[in-house]
Amino acid sequence: MIRDITLGQYFPGKSPIHRLDARTKIIATFMFIVEMFIVNNFWGFVIAGIGLFTVIGISRVPLKFIFRGLTAVFLIIAFTFIINLFMFDGRILWHWWIFKITYEGLIRACFMVIRLVLLILGSSILTLCTKPIALTDGLEKLLRPFSRFGVPSHEIALMMTIALRFIPTLMEETDKIIKAQQARGADFESGNILRRAKSLIPILVPLFISSFRIAQELALAMEARCYHGGDGRTRMNEIHFNKEDVVAAVWMVAFLGIIIGSRFIR
Amino acid sequence: MSIEINNLRYVYNPGMPGETVALNDVSLTIGDGEMVGIIGHTGSGKSTLLQHMNGLLKPASGDVFVDGQCITDGKANLVDIRRKVGLVFQYPEYQLFEETVAKDVAFGPRNLGIEGEELDKTIQEAIEIVGLNYNEIQNSSPFELSGGMKRRVAIAGVIAMRPSVLILDEPTAGLDPTAHREILSMIRRINDNREIIIIFVSHNMDDIANMCSRVVVMDKGKVSLEGTPQEVFAQGRLLESMGLDVPPVVHIMNKISDEVSGFYSSALTIDEAAKDIREYIKRKK
Repeated sequence: MIRDITLGQYFPGKSPIHRLDARTKIIATFMFIVEMFIVNNFWGFVIAGIGLFTVIGISRVPLKFIFRGLTAVFLIIAFTFIINLFMFDGRILWHWWIFKITYEGLIRACFMVIRLVLLILGSSILTLCTKPIALTDGLEKLLRPFSRFGVPSHEIALMMTIALRFIPTLMEETDKIIKAQQARGADFESGNILRRAKSLIPILVPLFISSFRIAQELALAMEARCYHGGDGRTRMNEIHFNKEDVVAAVWMVAFLGIIIGSRFIR
Repeated sequence: MSIEINNLRYVYNPGMPGETVALNDVSLTIGDGEMVGIIGHTGSGKSTLLQHMNGLLKPASGDVFVDGQCITDGKANLVDIRRKVGLVFQYPEYQLFEETVAKDVAFGPRNLGIEGEELDKTIQEAIEIVGLNYNEIQNSSPFELSGGMKRRVAIAGVIAMRPSVLILDEPTAGLDPTAHREILSMIRRINDNREIIIIFVSHNMDDIANMCSRVVVMDKGKVSLEGTPQEVFAQGRLLESMGLDVPPVVHIMNKISDEVSGFYSSALTIDEAAKDIREYIKRKK
């Protein structure tokens, strides 16, 4: 049940996308997100979609796997669609009591949903094709120039590493606790909202206690190995830009140009 | 009361990159009042097998019958099955959540609809059968107890549901010798008093040899050996090839019969070994 969430999961592979420097991929994803807000008509989305699916094709991550990430945020997408659908004035297509659907609202709703879906798919490629450790290393390096202005780049990266590292651990823990309470006859599926919320207590209390225990053990283990923060810390694998990253950068700039150009398509 | 498992198969992450066959064609029958030990290397499928016995996991194929009733056909009443088959997970003390011991033990029976005086009686019985003092402990927080006591409270929480089968997954892991002994004598007491089927997983071969009437050996998702402790622990080589071992007593007896001609012993426990050695010495005189 909990294991079905693919958002933020890594899919092992050896494709060119997997091999790119994490920094390139972070910048590319950031650019893609910005580009999705530059787009102002459906042609832009068609172009963005072609670009996105080309990258997915190269990455060789099965489509099934990528779209599974969408099911987790289906509610948000549906909510966006409905809010946009009813909130615009214009040519009325259908109406009942105080609800009305306008032509402009329908267009707007489709537009927002496509934008949201592309944003989610685009950013899930980053995590699907980049090992969490590489991702945080890349982020640390990207943030390093800002440490002059007091941005704690190493600490931010470390926090992210730890958070990512413990997602599977906590999921396993949750799974175990749920099963243990089910074995004691707990029922999480029936009853009204209040009852169901109450039935979560036997899961949340042990989970909280476990996470504090895990955090304390980790802190002790780090202290025991003389961890003292980012100053003067070297790393085993230095990351470097390669020829592939240059090629990717050229494509990224070209893509940005095309997207800006798409604004003028009538 | 019996448990019957036929050709059970279970796969983790089917169709995903991490696909693993955890159980492959496992068949097993466990009868009334038995005390069965399950041993196997980490990842051999023991815990997966246990979770099928009370319907927490659904098999890819195969059936599980509890008390003659099929629990894998989707029609079974799971609450009823979980009442009959109590499952105590590894480190069960991590599932405690209530303010007081009595309230925590009450969680299971309350889910089954037991209320009022009967509930109080059930709680008291359960706490006493795990060897704790009800009056002393009922109002203290489970988080203030020692590790061994916490574990016994957690086990009491399952026993309070009055199961006919009690499954324990490594009940003694991580306990000091005193707590270890107490848990074992508690298990024996439960088996004697209530004629409950007990199934327990352990990595301690000594415990298995001392406690169980039957041993099931799991290897790579299959039952690779099954029989009385004598039969199973006579297969030292085979067990070693599966990453397991025989009880220390067996090692010593084998060493002695290698060195001393005319001595042979199939003893599994210290008492049996002492008896065999005494008899040998008597015979020599």
